[in-house]
Amino acid sequence: MDPKRLSCDPAAQAMLALMAEAGIETAWDRLEAQEPQCGFGQLGLCCRICNMGPCRVDPFGDGPQRGVCGADADTIIARNFARMVAAGAAAHSDHGRGVAHAFLAMARGEAPDYGIKDRAKLLALAKELDIQIDGQDDKAIAQELGELLLAEFGKPHGTQRMAERAPETRKAVWKNLGILPRAIDQEIVETLHRTTMGVDQDYKSILRHASRCALGDGWGGSMIGTELQDVMFGTPRPRKGEINLGVLKEDEVNLVVHGHEPLLSEMVAAAAADPALVAEARKAGAAGINVAGICCTANELMMRHGIPMAGNFLSQELAVATGAVDLMCVDIQCIMQGLADLVEHYHTKLITTSEKARMQGVEHVPMDEARALEVARTIVRKAIEAYGRRRHEVHIPREKGEAVVGFSHETINYMLGGRFRASYRPLNDNIINGRIRGVAGVVGCTNPKVRHDAGHTGLVRELIRRDILVVTTGCSQIACGKQGLLTPEAAAEAGPGLREVCEAVGIPPVLAVGSCVDNSRILVACAEMVREGGLGDDIADLPVAGACLEHITEKAISIGQYFVASGLLVVFAEQLFPVWSESQVARYLFDEIAEELGGRWAVEDDPVKAAELMAAHIEAKRDALGINQTHERKLYSMEDRQRLAVE
Amino acid sequence: MSREIAAAAIRGAHNLARQAEDKLARAVAEKGETAAVEFPNTGYYLPVIYAMTGHKVETLADLGPVMDRIRDLLPPPVEAHHWLPYLGPTLDAGMAALFAEEIIEACKYVIGPNPVDGLWLGAADDVILRERGIQFVDGTAPGFAAIVGAAPDVETAVRIARQCQERSLYVFMAAHDHGTSFAEQLAEGGVQLGWDTRLVPFGRDISAAVYALGFAVRAAMSFGGIDGGRFRRNLMYNKNRVFAFVLAMGEVTDEWYATAAGAINFGFPTIADSDIPQILPTGVCTYEHVVSNVPHAQMVEKAIEVRGLKIKVAEVPIPVAFSPAFEGERIRKDDMHVEFGGQRTPALEWLTTRPSGEVEDGKVTVVGPDIDTVEPGGRMPLGILVEVAGRAMQDDFEPVCERQIHTYANHAQGLFHMGQRDIIWVRIGKEAYAKGFRLEHIGKIIHATLHDDFSNILDKVQVTLFTGEADVKRLAEQAVAVYRARDARLAGLVDEDVDTFYSCSLCQSFAPNHICIITPQHPGLCGAYNWLDGRAAYQINPAGPNQPVAKGAAVDAALGQWEKVNQFVAEASNGTIERMSAYSMIVDPMTSCGCFECISAVLPSTGGIMIVPREYPEMTPCGMKFSTAAGTVGGGRQTPGFFGHSRQYILSPKFISADGGFARLVWMPTLLKEALRDGLVRRAEELGLGGEAHLDKIADETTAATEEEVLEHITKAGHPAVEMAPMF
Repeated sequence: MDPKRLSCDPAAQAMLALMAEAGIETAWDRLEAQEPQCGFGQLGLCCRICNMGPCRVDPFGDGPQRGVCGADADTIIARNFARMVAAGAAAHSDHGRGVAHAFLAMARGEAPDYGIKDRAKLLALAKELDIQIDGQDDKAIAQELGELLLAEFGKPHGTQRMAERAPETRKAVWKNLGILPRAIDQEIVETLHRTTMGVDQDYKSILRHASRCALGDGWGGSMIGTELQDVMFGTPRPRKGEINLGVLKEDEVNLVVHGHEPLLSEMVAAAAADPALVAEARKAGAAGINVAGICCTANELMMRHGIPMAGNFLSQELAVATGAVDLMCVDIQCIMQGLADLVEHYHTKLITTSEKARMQGVEHVPMDEARALEVARTIVRKAIEAYGRRRHEVHIPREKGEAVVGFSHETINYMLGGRFRASYRPLNDNIINGRIRGVAGVVGCTNPKVRHDAGHTGLVRELIRRDILVVTTGCSQIACGKQGLLTPEAAAEAGPGLREVCEAVGIPPVLAVGSCVDNSRILVACAEMVREGGLGDDIADLPVAGACLEHITEKAISIGQYFVASGLLVVFAEQLFPVWSESQVARYLFDEIAEELGGRWAVEDDPVKAAELMAAHIEAKRDALGINQTHERKLYSMEDRQRLAVE
Repeated sequence: MSREIAAAAIRGAHNLARQAEDKLARAVAEKGETAAVEFPNTGYYLPVIYAMTGHKVETLADLGPVMDRIRDLLPPPVEAHHWLPYLGPTLDAGMAALFAEEIIEACKYVIGPNPVDGLWLGAADDVILRERGIQFVDGTAPGFAAIVGAAPDVETAVRIARQCQERSLYVFMAAHDHGTSFAEQLAEGGVQLGWDTRLVPFGRDISAAVYALGFAVRAAMSFGGIDGGRFRRNLMYNKNRVFAFVLAMGEVTDEWYATAAGAINFGFPTIADSDIPQILPTGVCTYEHVVSNVPHAQMVEKAIEVRGLKIKVAEVPIPVAFSPAFEGERIRKDDMHVEFGGQRTPALEWLTTRPSGEVEDGKVTVVGPDIDTVEPGGRMPLGILVEVAGRAMQDDFEPVCERQIHTYANHAQGLFHMGQRDIIWVRIGKEAYAKGFRLEHIGKIIHATLHDDFSNILDKVQVTLFTGEADVKRLAEQAVAVYRARDARLAGLVDEDVDTFYSCSLCQSFAPNHICIITPQHPGLCGAYNWLDGRAAYQINPAGPNQPVAKGAAVDAALGQWEKVNQFVAEASNGTIERMSAYSMIVDPMTSCGCFECISAVLPSTGGIMIVPREYPEMTPCGMKFSTAAGTVGGGRQTPGFFGHSRQYILSPKFISADGGFARLVWMPTLLKEALRDGLVRRAEELGLGGEAHLDKIADETTAATEEEVLEHITKAGHPAVEMAPMF
């Protein structure tokens, strides 16, 4: 296999060539070995839900059209799809729950190594959730907040509190459809129940509930995770960082943190900066300790500390293959089991830390909130020890992209108006005046079925060229970072209107918003754009679209579904989308669902065509808003001014 | 590219912060930390700092925390590669620069050089703020141009200033460009500077530009009822109400950039004549933020477009410029071509209604010699007869329309008008005469502006100007009879005679919870509207700010509370005021927008009240200057023991009649005492208090400076308030 066809990242290409030469297996090799993959599975037509099966429906009409229980193609596809949403929502939300637990422990004084880094956000959240703040100290407020939000996962009554942030019109849509999300766990459990054998057998009913479950993720579990992480670890603000394998250092102890939760990585970062441990590293012959991230943990660390990122999902094996990674510690999600075999070829120490995610044959150092820093110190020491075992040559590619990251909702608000005039007004204004046509969220994973990073970056380049501002999260964000798209200088690649706005504000044309739970920040931003005014009164009115052309995980399906259910167009790669295109389900998801929810799904493999699709959607929304007509500049008489609000 | 602007503004803010730090250190070294700091005769402390942070600066020591705040706001320099977003930080730097400039200017008042020097005026005091600020909020002044630097030559400077004046814009001037300043250029060009001509030179340093923004935030606080520290509301108020902009003329220094960035926070964009980078995307300001390289001939037009300002320029066919900006222009004797009236020749103006067939619209006739028949500096009699016709015209509207003659005559450059009725005094300047201004043009001004303002009641306007003494005297006989009849209509009118009052919500877009109730015996607190005016205004514009308010059943006739009036007030004040007394300053007093001519305040130990008019800048016995007291009274709040009112109301039999009335008055400054002398004597006689003799019992600044001294004075003088029951 030609590494250039597998990845567009020169660092990845170099490592793939090196590994191929050494005969070391990668995800790409395993994919090849799997081919041809099951076509029924790819189309969502295979049902393994009950033991009368496995059943499958023949898409060509020759074979059986129903499962043993009588389920038709649409029921089967819808069940599979809904279960992916539930699994994705479970992943994000269990992450969010973990954060809420730690947060509450911190507030109760049971997790002494954590604290409150963003007091303003604590108070704002408390106020938003009607928690009395006058006369209470921060820890007491935090305790009340932690308890309230932890209850959101399993409360017996009521709907998601964070979902109250959505515009009124949107909430009315959900309410009328009966899909205002209740307790997060309940929506996930109910999805599993509905989709078990012999329960919900109306694909629309199943998929409507999938929307509800996804909303419980985006406007629930994920959002809670993001918000509480911000309070504990600080709300991301713009900072610089470096991205790609080139951030590994030949002469330092390289400790790679991989996974998703900042609960661990924050502590590892703190421990690695401990002068005593740095001295130990020096004693072991290293020049220092270099912490680098992979996957969403990397995004979290860079946004809060500027700690470099070694790469995204598909870079995890490649990083080890440099021979320079002394220790890789992982927590949850997107950890390839292949790593366990891979490290056998190197001196690299692999450590699992989450009780939820162990690996056969891999040392487990359990993360404990009560003594988090101490656990982190142990891990750093193990990295130093491993460094001492480094015997072989290291091959660190030179490539590293520079990036400016940290565009949280709060950052966007601040950067557009400073402390005194913070608002989204300039964003809305420049969308209305057409300099920016609209906003696109490009998010998600990296899948070996798609040329690594090319789906994301190809799409992003096409979008910014069309004056569409891009916000990005997750592994897509890392892909963009490697290629310099997260620098303000990348505005040179943008169309003239977007470029002008980027130059006025000093921002990149592609805004790094965070990890995959941070897609909730995009929802908040959309709600804020509506609130700011001039772009309709619902998220569905906004000239905004989302895309993920390299998706892997069920989390991506959940994210896609909550964006659709929030009113947006979402484009996935056709070859990766687990829905048979001739089915009623496809018709519903690609078309009819828009009548109910405003948003819809679309599929397209080609990044250029996907960009065209999104641009057309954005222009249609602009037409509907009436902002594509050129208006004469309004000059304000005193009477006009008196009608303007002053706050 | 905007990055250069951001980098320069941030550098400039750092420079200004250092200058402020130095200046403050010197001031502390010379005067000590406890030395008082203020802009003389102003409320709101150091206004920009107070408006934005709520921090009250009264001594040099109070400036320490402000320096901390500045340091906290100052962002690091903009990097050359992979820079972080700079718009927000630049705006913060701009605000820090304004704080620093306010510190610098405030310290100048403490250790010099005095900001008030030669043509430079320094901070506007509160009398000016009250007088002028309201023009910004009611639209008489559509905005201001803050001009920094200097034009390339005197002619350009004069032309730009005139263009601003013609559009009724104020011009606030600060800073110099390589030693030359715009204000000095205007002075050299023979232009009258000062608040009266709307051409206001603040100071020669860029830091003096902060006075312009200080004026803006004070207008928002006093008329908009926005409390100190409510920065966002104040800034948005300025963005959406006060349409100001910056004209940067000459080389834009880092400090200018920083100041301009500060102004952008207010929604005030910068228009530059030099080739600096631009910031065109919109959002913080209404439209573009920085537009550069604008030719001088187009600067004012461009600025108005960029600010998004619509200015109605009345089309008046006269050979001189016409704008409210010329209202304050004085014509000195030496500059005068001719004058009329002013007790030197008979002169009057009279507007009357005629049947439609007798009025030819637009006809202006001069009966008698025109002004080219007199030698420069001469005098003539003048009778202005305005005959109008219109199906909706009523006798009651005549005085309302007639009063506009004074306002609009003054808008013509080179025409001066004072007084009304048969006590007018009119001058025409030599320059206007040279440009071809003749008597018929006065007629044309009246014709055009009456049509403009009263098109829904007037169909035809015809003006005749008499200059023969006999003609004028004959006209005066008829007019005086009409004046008397008009006075009698209102003079005889008491609140009990009418079942309807009129509201005035003219100021409500600025003091959103304030509503005036105008009764025959309690005129509007601004002094501009009486009950007849309210009624006329309602009839002229039924959807306008003056609405009829039925009284309904009396809740308390003595207090002046009526059921329906209370209902109306509750609704119009957005539920904030439930009850309002027309005759009490103790129980549910009437609220104020901020335009009041006077403030009454209880002096508890004396059993009486004091009244301070806004023209009186000194300390008063209640322990507050007018400006401080105004902060307590304005903004639509009910503050028992304080209230704002017109001068005329003092003479009304209903003046705080529920609280003991006129007899409670124990202190007023001599300037008010003199201005109202006849009326005060009359009231004292009516109440059996002994006329002229009672006036001496009322203390003033020559006899009492403190409440104790007032008590001493009135006890010694035997003032009736001493014997009255306590007010509370």
